[in-house]
Amino acid sequence: MRRVLSSVLIFLVVTACADKPRHPVTVFAATSLTGAFTDIGKAFERAHSDTKVTFNFASSSALARQITERAAPDVFASADMKSITPLLGTKKVDVPVLFARNRLVIATKPKNPAHINSLADLSHAGTVSLCAPDAPCGAYAAQALSRGRVSIDESHVSRAPNVSAALSAVTDGDATAAVVYLTDAKAAGRRCHIVDIPDTENAIAIYPIARVSSSTHTAAARAFIAFVRGAQGRKILRRYGFLDA
Amino acid sequence: MNRTRRFPVAVVAVAVVGAAFFALPLFGLLQRARWSTLAHDLTTHAALAALRLSIECAIGATVLSIVLGTPLAWLLARGEFRGRRLLRALVLLPLVLPPVVAGVALLAAFSVHSPLGQLLHDVLGVQLTFSAAGVVMAQTFVAMPFYVITLEAALAGVDHRYEHAAATLGASPWRVFTRVTIPLVAGSVAAGGVLAFARALGEFGATLTFAGNISGRTQTLPLDVYLLLETDPRAAVALSLLLVAISLGALVALRDRWLVRA
Repeated sequence: MRRVLSSVLIFLVVTACADKPRHPVTVFAATSLTGAFTDIGKAFERAHSDTKVTFNFASSSALARQITERAAPDVFASADMKSITPLLGTKKVDVPVLFARNRLVIATKPKNPAHINSLADLSHAGTVSLCAPDAPCGAYAAQALSRGRVSIDESHVSRAPNVSAALSAVTDGDATAAVVYLTDAKAAGRRCHIVDIPDTENAIAIYPIARVSSSTHTAAARAFIAFVRGAQGRKILRRYGFLDA
Repeated sequence: MNRTRRFPVAVVAVAVVGAAFFALPLFGLLQRARWSTLAHDLTTHAALAALRLSIECAIGATVLSIVLGTPLAWLLARGEFRGRRLLRALVLLPLVLPPVVAGVALLAAFSVHSPLGQLLHDVLGVQLTFSAAGVVMAQTFVAMPFYVITLEAALAGVDHRYEHAAATLGASPWRVFTRVTIPLVAGSVAAGGVLAFARALGEFGATLTFAGNISGRTQTLPLDVYLLLETDPRAAVALSLLLVAISLGALVALRDRWLVRA
């Protein structure tokens, strides 16, 4: 009898777990958020056990294009306003809020063998890896280079589709340097050397997050956004090197 | 036309669905094209440079595939040695490997920071990454399996008696190979070459990872298309159509010349 009871109990528990409705939240997020958002997603699921978070990481401009072409995530977190503003205009997303900032650095090979000390050094430094001009990291890099009055001939620039590809051209490939976010360079650890870009030349990246208007998982989407902006989210973002918004 | 009646209706119906699966995305591209500016989109400086680089590199990759792949295919078809299946698997691996992974693997082997790449750089002054040679290499890596697999199948089907006859008449093994074996599979050499060319022409991931994306130097058409998708989607579609037209042209020519006769 006890065995029967316990089997029934186990069966009930198992089916209860399987049947428990899990609200899915699909989040489109900038490549530079990969590490931080993966952690935030896990923490969020621990706090909201009825919710399952799924991510799609790519360059913000590519994500914006996907949303324009009717991809329907619940939340969009971009690395710049330029990718999200057109979506706001066509009412594809709700009004975004800023949740983090990031700064650019120059990433070089470990121990900086090419002696890169500033943006100016990039104009004569072999091949420099930059993001595509329309990806936020590419646009920010262009801003920083123009602030520093540095021009790099396009014949020495390799264009990557997103920031992690831009960095791996240095960590895994033969690019002399890459202009990437501090957070990505930090995450690469000893695989690259970080050269700071002074504030006068640096471009500060801002990260807006918004609920996608067509989302049917309104409550879960709002909860996720609130979580990102809350204490736990901010703590994780800071750990990755993001600045508060 | 009468012959189709002998096929079971269900098979034909599923085949039609299969054909539609390939045709619909192509029609989608055509639908998205902006015909009024097509000529302009295809003749911008960047597009022409990318087109030229693409064709030159794809031809290079095809030649390299034929030079290196013909002996390989012969060895796989005729050689009887231990590890032949392993060798075949190795040669065919790039068919199933994600191209970006192929690019990372090439970097591990040939970047200036790898032992071999460093040797090439220090002794010969050659840097494969960020160069057209690197593009050719990345394309060859992913395209050569198409050539080898085509030629191996053809070589396996060759009647050995022709080669035996030539050998008994005193021809050296090399002479038998070049004068008897290769002419017998010439159609497949061409067919495999065209397949490899078409694959090389469309290569994206391995090229981007290994050779980078430098305008005028390593930026082939597929890489240009990828960048344009965000700045100018219509131009991206125009260039995609050009790629499709070239590859389709090559494959159609291939069918008429060799596959039908064979």
